[in-house]
Amino acid sequence: MSRDKTMTAEEVVGRLDSGMTIGIGGWGSRRKPMALVRALLRSDVTDLTVVSYGGPDVGLLAAAGKIRTLVAAFATLDSIPLEPHFTAARQRGALELVELDEAMFMWGLTAAAHRLPFMPVRAGLGSDVMRVNPRLRTVRSPYEDGEELVAVPALRLDAALVHLNRADVHGNAQYLGPDPYFDDLFCEAADAAYVSCERTVDSADLLKDAGPQTLLVKRAFVNGVVETPNGAHFTSCVPDHDRDEAFQRAYARAARDPEAWRAFAERFLSGDEAAYQAAVAAFHEEAAHE
Amino acid sequence: MSDTRTTAKATRAEYCVVACAEAWRDAGEILASPMGTVPTIGARLAKLTFSPDLLLTDGEALLIGDVPAVGARPGVVEGWLPFRQHLALAATGRRHVMMGASQLDRYGNQNISCIGDWARPTRQLLGVRGAPGNTLNNPTSYWVPRHSKRVFVARVDMVCGVGYDRAAAAGPSASRHHRLADVVSDLGVFDFRTPDRTMRLRSLHTGVTVEQVAEATGFPLTVPDEVPYTRDPTPEELRLIREVIDPRALREREVPA
Repeated sequence: MSRDKTMTAEEVVGRLDSGMTIGIGGWGSRRKPMALVRALLRSDVTDLTVVSYGGPDVGLLAAAGKIRTLVAAFATLDSIPLEPHFTAARQRGALELVELDEAMFMWGLTAAAHRLPFMPVRAGLGSDVMRVNPRLRTVRSPYEDGEELVAVPALRLDAALVHLNRADVHGNAQYLGPDPYFDDLFCEAADAAYVSCERTVDSADLLKDAGPQTLLVKRAFVNGVVETPNGAHFTSCVPDHDRDEAFQRAYARAARDPEAWRAFAERFLSGDEAAYQAAVAAFHEEAAHE
Repeated sequence: MSDTRTTAKATRAEYCVVACAEAWRDAGEILASPMGTVPTIGARLAKLTFSPDLLLTDGEALLIGDVPAVGARPGVVEGWLPFRQHLALAATGRRHVMMGASQLDRYGNQNISCIGDWARPTRQLLGVRGAPGNTLNNPTSYWVPRHSKRVFVARVDMVCGVGYDRAAAAGPSASRHHRLADVVSDLGVFDFRTPDRTMRLRSLHTGVTVEQVAEATGFPLTVPDEVPYTRDPTPEELRLIREVIDPRALREREVPA
């Protein structure tokens, strides 16, 4: 029987160091490992290079001053197009940005997973992605076509954080929603990967109600498993839960004003994960009585 | 009831819907990728009328086999298109995307990333998203709901979607599959069918003048001697827009009358 890799979110963060390159799975405000991000916020770990199809993970880490460099094609809350902490951080010059096209990002992760130095892509040619990333190089096809393409460098990660619907204690992880995003690639591109999930289940139960293609992440690429119910909150984690739109609106409103943000952080982010979930429940109770 | 709803004069938003739909005429069996409400209604209208072979998504990972109202769940799912496949599909070229633009210049260079100096923007927007890859791989059109000098600029601050001049300068790999089709705004329809591939006024929406367009555009436009009007929606198209695709009239919020 393979190892039991269950751990707490705090133990995951205990394995991360300042200055690391950390990939965060999900996409925008969808299936983000928010409980792990919140644990990171409570730690001293900082000076990070964050690699993400960005959502509020990027926003929260940027607001806390933990991002030195962000590698991204965007940061968005989906139903709210602009991530307010990300835009604020950019406008005050608080982080370095490596701005890549969405496909370049995917092929960069793929190169890292395949242990290749780069992948050739068309995306980027002619655009200002080449201007704002002066270290990007092109490569010429050795075949008759002689095409000159962008050599997207491998996006190798020290660690990956992803959140899936189910996992067993060994690190086999399953998504039950419509989109795997790139969570398997993030894990394969990383030296160490940590999976949080809505619920841990026996390996024998993984395929009780789902097909084998839902088994996205393999245990060989996983170092730790954390059970964090509602751990993607406030991003969506269908079919377990939708995005918490009311809470996201409150987050975005608060993020636009420093005073309001201090109050929001005090109310929701000053305690542990249990305190966070309790504060969210209270937020909804209050809203129901208004 | 349905009589007055279908015979009432077409609104500006409905002209825009039809103009967007026209971008996908004769497109064949490809994915229509509309961004924004009016292009979404336009793509669905095209599928229900003159381009029945189009593939459409639910806005997320599913290809829909019917044409539900905007915001409604599909009754039929005919395929699966998660982000990884969507990005790969763009590279096959079997897709025509209609993107938005915070800035657009006369060669069709588009910016959705940030305003001002990239190193420290005055206004950070979305980021480049998939615009660089989209424009190099599959036909691309643009939708601008409020035509103004703030959008139609002499120079974009950050080239995300690649225009004709930049694609040509970047060499054959950049221009091989590059094609900008239409630009649809609330004032008219534009394209790049000029000798130097700069923007041309193709048609005016009813009630708009050439002067109005020139006034709202921050660069010289090619204006033919005779500028036609954008075609009228047919009664059947108006019925489909108003009763089937957009019964909640979301189009009127994106383009107020």
